[in-house]
Amino acid sequence: MNLESMYQEIILDHYKNPHGRGLREPYDGESFQVNPTCGDEVTLRVALADAKVGDVSYDGQGCSISQASTSVLTDLVQGRTVEEALSTMDAFVEMVQGRGQVEPDEDVLEDGVAFAGVAKYPARVKCALLGWMAFKDAVSQAVSRAEGATR
Amino acid sequence: MTTTTAAPLDVETIRKDFPILSRLVHGDKPLVYLDNAATSQKPRQVIDALVEYYEKHNANVHRGIHTLAEEATALYEGARDKMAKFLGAPSRDEVIFTKNTSEAINLVARVLGDAGPGYRVGPGDEIVITEMEHHSNIVPWHQLAERTGATVKWLRLTEEGRLDLSTLDSVITERTKIVSMTHVSNLLGTINPVDVVVKRAREVGALVLVDASQSAPHLPLDVSTLGADFVAVTCHKMLGPTGIGVLWGRLPLLQELPPFLGGGEMIEVVTMEKSTFAPPPHKFEAGTPPIAEAVGLGAAVDYLTAVGMEAIAAHEHALTAYVIDRFAEVEGLRVIGPNTAENRVAEVSFALEGIHPHDVGQILDEQGIAVRVGHHCARPAVLRYGIPATTRASFYLYNTPAEVDALVAGLAQVRKIFG
Repeated sequence: MNLESMYQEIILDHYKNPHGRGLREPYDGESFQVNPTCGDEVTLRVALADAKVGDVSYDGQGCSISQASTSVLTDLVQGRTVEEALSTMDAFVEMVQGRGQVEPDEDVLEDGVAFAGVAKYPARVKCALLGWMAFKDAVSQAVSRAEGATR
Repeated sequence: MTTTTAAPLDVETIRKDFPILSRLVHGDKPLVYLDNAATSQKPRQVIDALVEYYEKHNANVHRGIHTLAEEATALYEGARDKMAKFLGAPSRDEVIFTKNTSEAINLVARVLGDAGPGYRVGPGDEIVITEMEHHSNIVPWHQLAERTGATVKWLRLTEEGRLDLSTLDSVITERTKIVSMTHVSNLLGTINPVDVVVKRAREVGALVLVDASQSAPHLPLDVSTLGADFVAVTCHKMLGPTGIGVLWGRLPLLQELPPFLGGGEMIEVVTMEKSTFAPPPHKFEAGTPPIAEAVGLGAAVDYLTAVGMEAIAAHEHALTAYVIDRFAEVEGLRVIGPNTAENRVAEVSFALEGIHPHDVGQILDEQGIAVRVGHHCARPAVLRYGIPATTRASFYLYNTPAEVDALVAGLAQVRKIFG
């Protein structure tokens, strides 16, 4: 795995033309995550719609890996049930933490497979996961809130 | 450092002393090591000193009367003598071995909170630091302020990366108990006018601590003329091993201030009721010290002294001028810090327009070029310049103009990928 394959066209495309960027309302959960070693940050909001993940909006600053990964995230989770979205997240986390030993499933991860190369660069794994950690936190807030409302 | 008449360095010969500089990375790429502000590489002489110590002399110091204990003690205390001479310390008893600069500064911050009247930092007192400090010279003062009710005040920065001295008299006042400042910024490369700050501190009776982590490896340093009361140095940045640093302090101060950590070695008499303490430096060296590390440091000081600090400073000054010159050709590159070789060292931080430092560092690494990216543990200063992070190339005695060229070519490759 050489560097050109870590900086795949897919990643550079998402970095230069991010999907769904910008913070929007309404939302049901919001999370701010920062990588203290480099200062990369992301604020991400999740809205739920009919028990599914609705609009996911975000803003942040950081390297191509952290920002592109968040852009890919929005494509992968919107319109899915919360369970499906979290299961996709698990597959993504498993891939980038897999030290290159995990064969990603393109049917599940779609553009996310472009981040397989990141697994070989331990210092960058946190970058790839920054947006996902924000999603996990925001969606769990949104779910708690929804459960609270139906009680 | 521009007026030195030292003979030019024989860099090719020097490089042969550093085994790591001949290794390849990512297959066949020669290592271009430009992360010296983080840590320096070690010459064969230092590595050999560590091996020889463990193979022939290893024992605990100041404890046994057997041969090895005496040899180890002589080597350990010999390193103190070498460091005292290297720093221009009037007395060897003023040289305290610590773990690193962070511990040296924490030591001072802790004992000033514990000190008797006179030196004690308490409610209403002020601590002055600068906006260009490393976190190791910020956090211990935040902690001291929280413990004691004192306040932390700041000397700010100018747009070009120098200390803004226009507020000197209003920031350092009769309330100031201590001014703690870096000699050379690890982010900006700026060499600070310590004498100007010391003069103001003297007027109001404040102590001065100078963080010399980034100056001791690169510039001739003489604590007897610097004017500070304390000087902190970390030794792994000056060819020595990790795990050892030095706090130099004026002897009368060290005699009067209370101890830092309690334990073996730092005592005079211990009874079941109480303890009394050894004189400096041992008063501040609780527990088994970093013995092998001190021996390695001794070898590092010998190496730097043999090459000559004047010659090293002149070599690095020339490299700085060349870097600044070549960087002017790189499209979209903005130097964060003084954009001149004057009163700065060969640590150059920069931003490349539209490309995050993480990406810059990663693509340089793939070409064998090691730089540091991030906030360099100097987050207030990075934010001051409106950016979250920088890329920093930092040079040392073994770096060459050809490596500057490699860096500039590497940056062209970064542009190509992110074009």
